[in-house]
Amino acid sequence: MSVRLTFEPFDPGALLTEFSKGRAETGAVATFTGIARAEAGATVALELEAYPGFTEAEIGKTADKAKARFGLDDFAILHRVGKIAPGEPVVFVATAARHRRAAFEACDFLMDYLKSKAPFWKKEHGPDGARWVEPRAEDHADLKRWE
Amino acid sequence: MLLFGRLSDLAGWRDRQIDSPFLSVLRVKLAEEDESLGEALAGPGVQVALDQVIVRGDAPLNSATEVAFLPPMSGG
Repeated sequence: MSVRLTFEPFDPGALLTEFSKGRAETGAVATFTGIARAEAGATVALELEAYPGFTEAEIGKTADKAKARFGLDDFAILHRVGKIAPGEPVVFVATAARHRRAAFEACDFLMDYLKSKAPFWKKEHGPDGARWVEPRAEDHADLKRWE
Repeated sequence: MLLFGRLSDLAGWRDRQIDSPFLSVLRVKLAEEDESLGEALAGPGVQVALDQVIVRGDAPLNSATEVAFLPPMSGG
């Protein structure tokens, strides 16, 4: 079980390899990698601010709930903070369970939470300056699917 | 005390040491110094964490309490 933040770019493939090691009884690993979009030049960089300690703890609470709800063996969440260039991975979520449905659903649930409720503050830097971004209505609607 | 997101842009600072016996007194001090910041801190959706735990209403502070004002969270 891990929840981490990083200022550095990361390699999702290497994270998957590490996460999958030594799992003779797991059966299923699902992952999701979110990548910063350029929005056809409208976004020069994405900037994410976290509250170190608080942000990991809050994400951990929801991840622990997901573990119990979906019967996960394990999870790993890595989230970028700081300035992120288009094309760079922003978030990596991996879930491990005995069967695929639980792994897929837990991964989907965790992403819906991370995109709408997780303690980050997001700024988009564009050609005409920067603006703070709030979650989209779709992000909240996605999270409601799990109620 | 710590400001996050648009609050730190508005204030022009992110991290300061301010002595105050209560959260309510801290709010008044900040509002006297910077009216627009005072209003923003009291604005909708702004939460306060004391030593990384969300609190509602007033609370006593000591010199070691980490006070954080958190504007609405955007998700990642």
